[in-house]
Amino acid sequence: MDWGILVALLAAAVQSGTPVLFATLGEMLSEKGGVLNLGVEGMMSVAALAAFLTAYFTGSPWLGFLAGGLAGACLASLHGVICVGFLGNQVVSGLALTILGLGLTHFFGTPYIGLAAPGFSKFAVPGLADLPVLGGILFRQDALVYVSYVLPVAFWFFLQRTRPGLAVRAVGEMPAAVAAAGLHPLRLRLFAAVAGGFLVGLGGAYLSLAYTHLWTNGLSAGRGWIAVALVIFAFWRPGRAVAGAYLFGGVMAFQLRLQATGTNLPSSLLLMLPYALTVLVLALSAWRGRGADAPAALGVNIEPEG
Amino acid sequence: MNVFKSMGAKLAVFCLGAALTLSLAACGDQKAEQKAADKPAVEAKPAPAPAADKKIKVGFVYVSPIGDAGYSYAHHQGQKAVAALPFVESSFVESVPEGADSERVITNMARKDFDLVFTTSFGYMDSTLKVAKEFPKVRFMHCSGFKTAENMSNYFGRMYQARYLTGMVAGQMTKKNILGYVAAFPIPEVIRGINAFTLGARSVNPQAQVRVVWTKTWYDPALEKDAAVSLLDVGADVIAQHQDSPGPQEAAQQRGVYSIGYNSDMSAFAPKAHLTAAVWNWAPLYVQTVEEVKNGTWKGGQAIWGGMDKGVVDVAPYGPMVPDAVKAKVEAKRAELKAGTDTVFMGPIKDQAGKERYAAGQKAPDADLLGMTWFVEGVVGTTE
Repeated sequence: MDWGILVALLAAAVQSGTPVLFATLGEMLSEKGGVLNLGVEGMMSVAALAAFLTAYFTGSPWLGFLAGGLAGACLASLHGVICVGFLGNQVVSGLALTILGLGLTHFFGTPYIGLAAPGFSKFAVPGLADLPVLGGILFRQDALVYVSYVLPVAFWFFLQRTRPGLAVRAVGEMPAAVAAAGLHPLRLRLFAAVAGGFLVGLGGAYLSLAYTHLWTNGLSAGRGWIAVALVIFAFWRPGRAVAGAYLFGGVMAFQLRLQATGTNLPSSLLLMLPYALTVLVLALSAWRGRGADAPAALGVNIEPEG
Repeated sequence: MNVFKSMGAKLAVFCLGAALTLSLAACGDQKAEQKAADKPAVEAKPAPAPAADKKIKVGFVYVSPIGDAGYSYAHHQGQKAVAALPFVESSFVESVPEGADSERVITNMARKDFDLVFTTSFGYMDSTLKVAKEFPKVRFMHCSGFKTAENMSNYFGRMYQARYLTGMVAGQMTKKNILGYVAAFPIPEVIRGINAFTLGARSVNPQAQVRVVWTKTWYDPALEKDAAVSLLDVGADVIAQHQDSPGPQEAAQQRGVYSIGYNSDMSAFAPKAHLTAAVWNWAPLYVQTVEEVKNGTWKGGQAIWGGMDKGVVDVAPYGPMVPDAVKAKVEAKRAELKAGTDTVFMGPIKDQAGKERYAAGQKAPDADLLGMTWFVEGVVGTTE
């Protein structure tokens, strides 16, 4: 394998990993605020459709990207109202959201199958793209990938270095303390859920606007569940989310390239690799007992006083 | 409710969710009522024609969405020709998954007194056979399989002939002598197509090699595009495909190289890349079948395999980048095939290991073609 192929492989890994990265960070934000949302798969799917339709009818991929985020936020606010407002079971509501989201996508998306919308294309960042190796991997991508480079840093800065970020983390750890400090735990949780949903929606938008410019049902193809798994893998830390998303993307890209170079391994085995890796990673993080890194009040609803 | 404090519990919930998603995909798995047992299973051959004053009801089952290109789109063009006949009433169901779901859809059509049902994907074979046995009065035409019954025939086209011609185009247009083939599932139909494409390419360019990547999908634009990109990354400069989505065409156009379409003319998706395509043309066969039903001459138990001579398959118009010299070579072969001289799988043919499978002058029999599980010399990849 020469350098050119390796660079191409890693560039493909970044591209495959990007939608998963958006979704993982979104779910992580929601969970940091104490709201477990298992609806990621459904939210990504609806967001992909919303993004596609918006770009298709307005001709603007950026509006489409925004619409994807808003669609994700809308579904997440439904989850937020059920769980935060009405103290519904977070697991049940999340699973229902996945089923609802996939159903909505099939219902409204089917007439548009096979149509193409204006999307994002790859371009080289002047200067940076000419860096040896790194330029080819990181700086010959589409605009949304560049957005995704900034996001984990902004995510970390918000949670660790700002007061609202601190409040979000606190409401995921000990809502009572947040109330005692004179803040609104319910509002904070709702904010975490909806903002997280927005990021998940951006991941969905990536699928229909950059990954492919064509509409088809089932674009999310399990990536939402991978994102839920990667939050655990990342121990709720954005830096590790980046590593996890690119690792998943890398294995996905690797198996196709292994076939293209003419290996004799059965293709079924290779196609299984990304999913086998996810299971392995989950098993390993459970075995190492890193559950302690989970926000203490994750999945626990805030009961009204009295 | 502190269940999520423990990692184990969260994992369990995650697995539950994943399992639920998978089981949803398989829902609708209800077995059709077993009504056939008390009905006589024997029907005279040929089947009697429907009453003259009654319209013939013809149903179609498609595996993918009709879209605006692809496998089901091609079948749908045939359906339109049938529906336009004055004595026909026709309907179709698209995106029907293979397996149990298809049995439900086919049973439904049989119950609604359809006279003739076309099931257009390989994976419908067992469902079609089962329903055919339950409803002996309904006629079934199954595409691309090998099982038949008293009231069920199968049909397909010799797509490998068109594949051979597209291979000749690709073999002449490549500069690096590496052709990429985004392949669907390792079944004889797909393997036969890859072999014919390779034989065609090497007939005009003995240096050409064909690299194969399996996606195990029929329609997944993202994955199929990715697979094409992986082939481009190892140096392929012409991309051929077997799936229904234009994903691979898009990849070739973005990289500034060439592509070969499949099913129908895909040039709209990649005008700068699309050299030609191996295309289906079902209308003549479908119209003929319906007329047979009308006249009472339709027979079950048949295996119909039409080629270019019957007009079932052909190549799409060449792109403007294809030079006349290239076209001339291909057109000469095309004229031969149209005249009914099929020398696509004519020996000498060696397999990947260099072992001679057919000696010079020996032609592969149809039975071998229908059960083909090995690659010819010049293909890089595995059939597993």
